[in-house]
Amino acid sequence: MIKTIWNRIKQPIDPWLFLFTLLIFAVSAIVLFSASNRDLDKVMDKVTFMGISLGVMWFFANISQQTLMRLALPAYVVGVALLVAVALFGVTSHGATRWLNIGITRIQPSELMRIAMPLMLAWFFHHFETTLNWKHFVAAALLMVVPVGLILKQPDLGTSLLIASSGFYVLFLAGLSWRFLAVMGVAGGALAYTVTHWELCINILQEYQCRRIATMLDPMQDPLGAGYHIIQGTIAIGSGGVLGKGWLNGTQTHLDFIPERTTDFIFAVFGEEFGLLGNGVLLVLYLLVIGRGLTIASRAPTLFGRLLAGAIALNFFTYAFVNMGMVSGILPVVGVPLPLISYGGTSMVSILATFGLLMSVGRDRKLMKG
Amino acid sequence: MARNELKNSLAERYAFQLRIVTAVLFVLALFGLLFARFVWLQVAQHDKYQTLAEANRISLVPVTPARGIIRDRNGVVLAHNFSAYTLEITPSKLADSLDETIARLSKIVDVTGKDRRRFKKLMEETRDFESLPIRTRLSDEEVARFAANSYQFPGVEIKARLFRQYPFQEVASHLIGYIGRINDKDLAKLDEDGELANYRGTDHIGKLGIEASYETQLHGTTGFEEVEIDSGGRAIRTLRRTPPQPGKDLTLSVDIKLQEMVEKLFGERRGSLVAIDPRDGGVLAFVSKPGFDPNLFVDGIDPDSWKALNESPDKPLLNRGLRGEYPPGSTFKPFMAIAALEGNFPLTRQTISDPGYFIYGNNRFRDSHKGGYGSMNFDRSLPLSSDTYYYQLAVQMGIDYIAKFMATLDLGQLTGIDLPGERPGVLPSPEWKKKRFRTPAQQKWYSGETVSIGIGQGYNSYTPLQMAHGIATIANRGVMFRPHVVATVIDKSSGKQTRIEPQPERTLPWKPENIERVVRGMVGVTQYGTATRIFAGAPYVAAGKTGTAQVFSLRGGKYNAKAINERLRDHSWFVAFAPADKPTIALAVIVENGGFGAAAAAPIARQVLDYYLLGKMPAALAADASAVASAPVAAQEDISD
Repeated sequence: MIKTIWNRIKQPIDPWLFLFTLLIFAVSAIVLFSASNRDLDKVMDKVTFMGISLGVMWFFANISQQTLMRLALPAYVVGVALLVAVALFGVTSHGATRWLNIGITRIQPSELMRIAMPLMLAWFFHHFETTLNWKHFVAAALLMVVPVGLILKQPDLGTSLLIASSGFYVLFLAGLSWRFLAVMGVAGGALAYTVTHWELCINILQEYQCRRIATMLDPMQDPLGAGYHIIQGTIAIGSGGVLGKGWLNGTQTHLDFIPERTTDFIFAVFGEEFGLLGNGVLLVLYLLVIGRGLTIASRAPTLFGRLLAGAIALNFFTYAFVNMGMVSGILPVVGVPLPLISYGGTSMVSILATFGLLMSVGRDRKLMKG
Repeated sequence: MARNELKNSLAERYAFQLRIVTAVLFVLALFGLLFARFVWLQVAQHDKYQTLAEANRISLVPVTPARGIIRDRNGVVLAHNFSAYTLEITPSKLADSLDETIARLSKIVDVTGKDRRRFKKLMEETRDFESLPIRTRLSDEEVARFAANSYQFPGVEIKARLFRQYPFQEVASHLIGYIGRINDKDLAKLDEDGELANYRGTDHIGKLGIEASYETQLHGTTGFEEVEIDSGGRAIRTLRRTPPQPGKDLTLSVDIKLQEMVEKLFGERRGSLVAIDPRDGGVLAFVSKPGFDPNLFVDGIDPDSWKALNESPDKPLLNRGLRGEYPPGSTFKPFMAIAALEGNFPLTRQTISDPGYFIYGNNRFRDSHKGGYGSMNFDRSLPLSSDTYYYQLAVQMGIDYIAKFMATLDLGQLTGIDLPGERPGVLPSPEWKKKRFRTPAQQKWYSGETVSIGIGQGYNSYTPLQMAHGIATIANRGVMFRPHVVATVIDKSSGKQTRIEPQPERTLPWKPENIERVVRGMVGVTQYGTATRIFAGAPYVAAGKTGTAQVFSLRGGKYNAKAINERLRDHSWFVAFAPADKPTIALAVIVENGGFGAAAAAPIARQVLDYYLLGKMPAALAADASAVASAPVAAQEDISD
């Protein structure tokens, strides 16, 4: 009896992905305890959220691929409808309109889009698999542009870029032409060159946006404003050295120099206390998750499964890279949490939901074998 | 066939694997880049950052500048700062729950239910890590008592802060405005303006009135102190100091004594008065009644007081002078008169018969003077306020000419005064109707509508500020200045005084003889016309015009002030300037539901002119403000308006 229940529970779970997730959770609890100045309540909050998100993961892992395919289009349509609703009657906070008030609580529809976007595009390519040509790529790009544009208008540059990248990964894996990729690479390089040169930048962006980019390139220009985050984050990581200052011993952290140190800048705390060694370990843990996801993708029996799993794994990578890149000063500061480690429940739940999707893709293979 | 498919599928598989391998290389390359960055920071540059981290025992503490002081034209202080102790809680740093902390605190210092509710409201508006006041203005004894027990209260601190105070409380509250705690919307605005760094350490920002429109000047520049801190984060000593630049002081053109007098004359009545120096546009008084106590807003208003202010049918938060849009009634006639002369319309040279009504199409437009005056001409039309004459004039001029002319007087336009939130009012025209309404039937301009425009009714609706501005333009013989309330900006650190130069908006190309003819008509109003009684015995020559704005359409019935609900009674208007030949003051006053223009509004105008030109305070004010305020309606019934 107990054995059957146990089997029922563990049956949809991918043991490797589950193990790597738990290891990252352990790192998260340890860093958060230090970053929050030994606030056990905050750590317990986080642990509660871990439990909830594991439940969500299990729930998603149980959904069959056929059901996922049926859900793709409705999820996407609902997501876009909610984004339009946000644009029309959203709640404004901190100067951005990202939330919808649904009576009891506020929801942020762009979170739903994180899942709906790869789901929709994977289903789209799967549906037209036999007749695939360049027109489908144009159509897919349009499906991508609509929600990304709506989120960009909120304004939420960070999230819109991340969702655009998740859509782009599906296009790439579905076989976007190499020549087109090369052209895009050159265009991207040109854009990067433009925005990093003040006199070119002010022609295409708002002045404050250009100022933000200029601050990233030279934080000392604005040491008390936006540059403060970057300078203090870099000092924290750099002063950590090879072995780090040790758990609970980071001076930058405990003297209040790191802003938002439990959320977006938690990596600065980690880098200061655990040093290059810790950073290396964390990179490896993230690589293991990404690697497992790509393995599931390459073994998946259907195009839908391959594209979905691949996009999820690569999107997870993007989150990790953008956050660590911004804290260590090689990317501009955009509000992206360190996946699975930053304090905050919503992002964790939505990441583990995507892990559930990965497991669903992996499980179908098992069933087919058996 | 089957083999082909298998082959295709294999080829596809292979293509996908190639993509995955590319992705893996991409991931490894970027993670490699990150790792290289870590090696650079943590190995190559480690010594440098190690030193920097140690030097980070030095903390930069913002030093907030003192906010500028606001004074009236005679140097009387209207808004200033004082220093006091506050007890502040940082919710995110508390050891136990907020309610428990407050409960324990209340045993040491007095915390009332009102304080609690105010604090809860503040918390909803800000973020957890901000330090928020639970009690302000602690006594020395309370400070000492808390200091002895402070170890029991992590996250609770005593801070010495500068507070804003408005000594005149309700007087001129809409004009001066108030400051309030910076909220998310303010933050976003500051971020966009690149002002965020300058507001580190500042909790308050101007929200309304002069406090808002002159925020940049009043705030000043934040200074910084380099403070050495110990390993526990406590400050040991100050190493270097960049002093803050205090905010600039403002001197207004407003006379607070005049302002206060007018507000007392209004008593409990609702309404507005705007008085302007026509020679430079300087505002002398800007009254909106009822007012509110701006001091309530400085540290967050408690929900009960907020509800009372926000839901009162008297709308005390509405700045009537700037945002109240009212039909001008007969005070519109001087503008019609100058428009008619400038357009050289035949009616200005004719005498018409005045039976007490005007028939246009199938409609009969009644004159408020029952039975009419028999005959009427231009020069008697203003003193006697003939409706019949202006009905006909409007028809002769046509709506397009009227709308075009009135726009040059800024009616229906923003005057550009240095106060935030001005409303434009409505200058009716066929174009305006097209924009305002949706269906073609509603959008059509009916020629009958032009008739009532002539006497300031219909869709006409202007703010008291616009009316005062327009009258000041006539007073100043067509030379128009943009109205402004701030006269001088004073830089305390350098002692430099910058006068805000009068801004001539435009000079209207009116013929001098036309202007003098209108002025003569307006002087007639106070000499032998509708306001004779009110201006009896004045040693100066005043030009004026009464006005009565309908709130409620009577549909042909007889108007009986006593029989109608007070809030549906007519609004009482008066516009004036004096001395008529070389005016130094122009004003517009409206008393809501005050009845005839001569009844409620004109007496206030007379007192203002007496004070401003003769330095005379109304005698009745000292004895009993309400006695002056309520001149009986019945006594004025013989006077037409």
